[in-house]
Amino acid sequence: MSNDAAQGKRIPYIRLRNIKKSFGHVIALDGVDLDVYPGEVMALVGDNGAGKSTLIKIISGVLNPDEGELSLNGKTFKHMTPSRAIELGISTVYQDLALVDCLDVASNIFLGREPLKACFFVDKKRMNRESEELLRRLKVSIPSVITPVEFLSGGQRQGVAVARSIKLQGRMIIFDEPTAAMGVSESARVLELIRSLGDEGFAVLVISHNLHHVFTIADCICVIRSGRLVKDFRTENTNPDQVVGFITGSNRYTEEYTEESITT
Amino acid sequence: MNRTKIKLLLGNIFPQLLLILVMLIMVIFLSVASPFFLTWDNFRNVFDHSSLYIILALGMTFVISSGGVDLSVGAVAALSGVCMAVAMQNGLGVGTSILIGLAAGGLVGAANGSIISLFKINPFIVTLGFMSLARGLALIITGGIPIYGFPRAFTWWGSGHIGPLNPPMLLAAFMAALAALVLNMSRFGYYTLALGGNEEALRRSGVSIHLYKIMVYLLCGVTAALGGLIVTARLNTAEPLAGWMLEMDSIAAVVLGGTSMKGGRGSIAGTLIACLLLGILRNGLVILSIPAYYQQLLIGMIILSAVIFAEVRSRKGLASTHKKERSTAV
Repeated sequence: MSNDAAQGKRIPYIRLRNIKKSFGHVIALDGVDLDVYPGEVMALVGDNGAGKSTLIKIISGVLNPDEGELSLNGKTFKHMTPSRAIELGISTVYQDLALVDCLDVASNIFLGREPLKACFFVDKKRMNRESEELLRRLKVSIPSVITPVEFLSGGQRQGVAVARSIKLQGRMIIFDEPTAAMGVSESARVLELIRSLGDEGFAVLVISHNLHHVFTIADCICVIRSGRLVKDFRTENTNPDQVVGFITGSNRYTEEYTEESITT
Repeated sequence: MNRTKIKLLLGNIFPQLLLILVMLIMVIFLSVASPFFLTWDNFRNVFDHSSLYIILALGMTFVISSGGVDLSVGAVAALSGVCMAVAMQNGLGVGTSILIGLAAGGLVGAANGSIISLFKINPFIVTLGFMSLARGLALIITGGIPIYGFPRAFTWWGSGHIGPLNPPMLLAAFMAALAALVLNMSRFGYYTLALGGNEEALRRSGVSIHLYKIMVYLLCGVTAALGGLIVTARLNTAEPLAGWMLEMDSIAAVVLGGTSMKGGRGSIAGTLIACLLLGILRNGLVILSIPAYYQQLLIGMIILSAVIFAEVRSRKGLASTHKKERSTAV
């Protein structure tokens, strides 16, 4: 689905134009243009301090850009707010801040959106049933939806956080370092989940330092360096060495040369 | 699936089961030690005395589950008692006066919650401030002199009879049932626990955490005012120094009942059992004519051992369950 859509006339889910942001003297983003398409997994790579986190914070409404605009659903905004971002279907899956450890899986998935019966009681049965269905659809395996989240592994927690994003009617899902501090098999599960979200038609934006992971899941790779988007690749047209070259800056002035060397 | 359910349930109610066991041992010991202990009149006494602590500890359970604490409840109980008394002195009806007292308690609670939430100040300090403030107000309003002599319709709330029981007991039972429903099954209860578990996550899911925090402290203020009603009605006196150290007694009961001081975990049943246990303990010490000073000592020791037990258990017990759950899952 994603690739067919990608080949045809593509309408981006969100379009960023000339986004600038500085913190005092430090220029974090210096005129970034970015289009994120539905049905596609886009990886955002770059060295520490390149501006990746600032960029996703601007998309999710946590930070306001100094200049530039975001357009979405045919509307243009100077900046987002967290609640507007949620309304527009943008949700961010954070590593640690997203879940309430002491509540169970179903309650976390429905947090803030609990169905009620008799106008007072939380409809636990419905929450459990719908959570089970959703997790099954996402192929997240969890012992039981009534397990408190504190008993889950990092990968399972990511799964729950993703399920919650989808429950919030999310259509664009942003992952900030989804596989950091995770074991091999666990990472594999999370990557599989992210890939399947892309295939289901969600617009997915992933920040990762792990190029191996990026190459497994991404349809396209954008390299950010010193606040500028220096290069964006289709994954099939590039290789890790070339991407590393752009991340570190050694490829900056030899762009022409590298592209030729790849095509040949 | 069902095994997980049973395991989780057992893990959750283990501290309460242990409390019941300790209580049974105490009952057996006291029944053997004294012929007066195991009589209906004595039990009625225990329930009667515990009802005040139960009502205050219920509100405190919400506050502590939400990751906070309220040190002002004793002073708020005194202040609301004084407010009711002054209202009645000025010719207002009993019902209206009680409502005014409850409103005063709710107001102090809401003020507590607002300052804690909006200015992000440690609840310990804020409620300490309101403890002094409420006590000061109670003293100012009365001029330091207790007000006494109320209509029968008012003193009924402390010393009336409903069959073999009395109003404080029934009020405590009713409030406990209500609190259990609200904490475990309502949205407010979920958010109370979520506030204690991970406030930031709750904020990010679009819930107004200010509103819910204020409501938690407001509720605690109202239960403190209900406590004030019982104390004032029972003694037929509004005493500005009433409810001294009541905050400590209710915090102690809540912690003993298995509610986590770190927030995120709360048990109404535990609070109820702990209040009864402390009630039986106080009663037993009196029956065995042990000097009152030893009560403080013994209660302190019990609280400390309960806290240490809970901490050790949460480190060891949870770690092992954690491993098991993981291995079955992956």
